[in-house]
Amino acid sequence: MSPPSTKTLPWKGPYAPYDLIKELVIALVAMTLLAIVLTILFSSPDEKPSTIAQWSRQLPADFTKTAVSELAGTSKTAEYGPPYNHASEGQHAAFLKPQEWLGVSHPIDTANAYVLEPLQTITNDPALKSATAAYNAAPAKQRKEWAEAYGKALEKATVAANGTLTVQPGSYGPVPAMMSALLGLAQTGGLEGNLLRSNQFFQTDYTKPLLFMSDGGLLEERAQTQHLLGGQWGMMNETGSYPGQSWLWLYTLWYQIEPFKSSANADILVVLVMTVLSLAFILVPLIPGIRSIPRWIPIHRLIWREHYRARPS
Amino acid sequence: MSVATRPKRSWTVRTREAAVGALPPEKLLPDGQPTYVASWIYVFGVATLAALIVIVGSGMILSLKGPAWWHDTGVGHFFNSIHLWAVELFFFTMVVHLWGKYWMAAWRGGRTRVWVTGAITFLVAIPTALTGYVSQQNYDAQWISTQAKDAMNSVGIGAFFNVTNFGQMYSWHVLLFPVAVVALVAGHVLLVRRHGVVPPFELTARAGAQEPAGAARSDGPSDVSR
Repeated sequence: MSPPSTKTLPWKGPYAPYDLIKELVIALVAMTLLAIVLTILFSSPDEKPSTIAQWSRQLPADFTKTAVSELAGTSKTAEYGPPYNHASEGQHAAFLKPQEWLGVSHPIDTANAYVLEPLQTITNDPALKSATAAYNAAPAKQRKEWAEAYGKALEKATVAANGTLTVQPGSYGPVPAMMSALLGLAQTGGLEGNLLRSNQFFQTDYTKPLLFMSDGGLLEERAQTQHLLGGQWGMMNETGSYPGQSWLWLYTLWYQIEPFKSSANADILVVLVMTVLSLAFILVPLIPGIRSIPRWIPIHRLIWREHYRARPS
Repeated sequence: MSVATRPKRSWTVRTREAAVGALPPEKLLPDGQPTYVASWIYVFGVATLAALIVIVGSGMILSLKGPAWWHDTGVGHFFNSIHLWAVELFFFTMVVHLWGKYWMAAWRGGRTRVWVTGAITFLVAIPTALTGYVSQQNYDAQWISTQAKDAMNSVGIGAFFNVTNFGQMYSWHVLLFPVAVVALVAGHVLLVRRHGVVPPFELTARAGAQEPAGAARSDGPSDVSR
């Protein structure tokens, strides 16, 4: 497998005593102590997770606006495409469309998942029942117009001290009543459990609540203050002043420069570039030029300086 | 069964003979090194291996009490911090080790597979760490998973590797990826033991030159992880 130009001759020179096991034990003790010292000095970050209840109480207008966009089918998740829905083809690079090819594996109908199904769990509210019935009975076009009009009005909403939203009067149909009920459900903590419902008792899949929260502003607001946004090299950072995933620096770098920075297909383009670079990294010994650089730039003279000093020829 | 009646070419005999032939005890656990093995750069290979042992050890302690333990107790948080810093040390020492091996052109002399297994280990360690970050059950996990999903989805990986599914990520983090990393490191170290530490450049034979028999492979003893 090794190219002929890199063959070596067997070592015929002297050997020095060496204790492999002792070296490993010393290294293990040293690394353990180093990890303990770093732990004592810096600990580790553990920022509490955001909750939907917290989001709906702190940012009721943002929560409601997000819920309305889920209902209208205009949120990021609603328009995402595979693996969540068929709203778009997803990202592509030339003829490569793996996102579309792999299909919808985690289906999410945002209107049902985030609004209509949770509202069905509120059983003792006749006004809500009537509003939901009116909404469901209306034509799809009418429903979308109500939701979009209310979403637009929410951009200028005022929030009272008790969290109540007030918007300019308009033609919103039953949407405000539905959103008010959903906001109330979320503020009491009832929506979290709703979004984790499945056929199983035990739950470990947080896709639905995480995507819903990601469509809103709370996670992003926290990310900005913690330098975690994409434009802040966020992919390699973590909360606080910790090193984070510094090994992702090259991956993160591409997102900071054109043409990736402004491309709608940035993710697939960056992953493809990194795939090519990773393959090149693995195959360094077989790539002409790259494998010869260590010979041209003699850093090995520094590494083996004692050897070269003892054997100058 | 006596030795005299033992099948000479059973699978077991073949495996043993192949293993001992490739790595006789004095090669597997050497007590001497060529004198050119004298630089601080050699420390980073064994340091990477030691950091991996600390990662696995602290991870096993965290596994004993489950994924939520470290949020609620000081002892749990202590071991989580050990785990985190061991990961940082692992990557740091591995990157220095890789750079050192690059400038030594350590793939020479039939050692291509040594480089390849080392490079793949680095690449597999990255998703191993990522699955740890998204399994933390805190804000970091929320933010990193919702951001990482886009890259995964864009190339179709998200269809079967869902970073927002805590259960799936935790399984990969505590079992599948660690097994892969440990297996790769084990293979890497055994290859190093088999081929020995790459010698300095003046021993390199140029392409087409007359080489002594066996020149394609260095067979000298070497260190544990170089």
